[in-house]
Amino acid sequence: MKLLQFLLLATLGSILCYTVLDMPPRGEIDAPASRMESPVGTPVAGAYYIQHAYEDTHTPNMVAVVLADYRSVDTFGEVVVVFAGVMTCFFVLRRRRP
Amino acid sequence: MLEIIEGYYAYFFLMLLFVIGLYAMMMKRNLMKKIMGMSMIQSAAILFWILSAFKEGATVPILDRAISLDNPDLYLNPLPHTLMLTAIVVAVVTLGVSIALAVAIYQNYNTLDERELLARMEEEK
Amino acid sequence: MISQTQSPIIEIAARGLAPVIQLLGIYVFFHGHYGPGGGFQGGVLLAAGVLLLRLGIGASHSQAQVTSKSTVALCALGAFIFAGTGLVAILWGGDFMDYAYLPVQWLEAADLRYYGILFVEIGITIAVMTGLIAIYDDLLGIGNAGNN
Repeated sequence: MKLLQFLLLATLGSILCYTVLDMPPRGEIDAPASRMESPVGTPVAGAYYIQHAYEDTHTPNMVAVVLADYRSVDTFGEVVVVFAGVMTCFFVLRRRRP
Repeated sequence: MLEIIEGYYAYFFLMLLFVIGLYAMMMKRNLMKKIMGMSMIQSAAILFWILSAFKEGATVPILDRAISLDNPDLYLNPLPHTLMLTAIVVAVVTLGVSIALAVAIYQNYNTLDERELLARMEEEK
Repeated sequence: MISQTQSPIIEIAARGLAPVIQLLGIYVFFHGHYGPGGGFQGGVLLAAGVLLLRLGIGASHSQAQVTSKSTVALCALGAFIFAGTGLVAILWGGDFMDYAYLPVQWLEAADLRYYGILFVEIGITIAVMTGLIAIYDDLLGIGNAGNN
């Protein structure tokens, strides 16, 4: 049983290492996520954010602009997840009165 | 061969980290070790995204007056950084929730061993 | 439940280091517009300062900075500041989180977005900082009923 599990993990690891060879290599400038246009001709989000972040918000830090302006609803969801985790800990570990 | 190693060694190490985390989640019997494995899988996923943002010869995604904005190849891609910034905090919170559940289990059963827990649950039925 | 530590070295080190960590957290938060940083990182650093005090000088003595009872309420307040910034934009005729519609007349849209990002990050900082402290307090049983 244990041997079977090890074999399963080794198979998964080799499959992952083989499929990752189809990704662009590390630091490639011509990777699809780094181009101005995607292979089907639509603008890519990363290049758009780099070029328009400062003139839209006058904030030099592009990560902060994407975090709190372009994708702010996403960040709001994350904050709600943090609050939900806090409430879960609170209700799971609260001392029950006898 | 050397090109493949030079371009992909980071991916290989991340896949190794992922498989080690999965090994801990599958085969360890202690619940705390399973939680550690979950944290390792999260780290592997986060580093994989950060790796996809890297461009050779680019600088951090903070506006520098000396570097023009016309060529986006001179700045790193800010989108994976943003997504992983939120994912790290959520990973910490999920770690907290899972440890809280482990503490609650320990208070009820006085053990964290998986097989003992299953046997204890069978007894209580 | 958790007794105060007997070692003076740990106590002095925690007392000396915690304000420095918190100052660094405030710097990272307010410098988030111009350099690496922002709400999440600053909040985690502020929480690290408070947790170092909790570890170093004991749970009951470190209540003076952030009490265990107020953490969950402050976490909700942080999420509410975040949502409230978006709701104000809705009330003045924009979409959710469209900071260009915030009700300040004498600023142009780009500068309004600059201040909108600042308000949102204040909410994130409060929520993350108090959230991490609340998880730590719950895990150690600090601040439970009759067990302070």
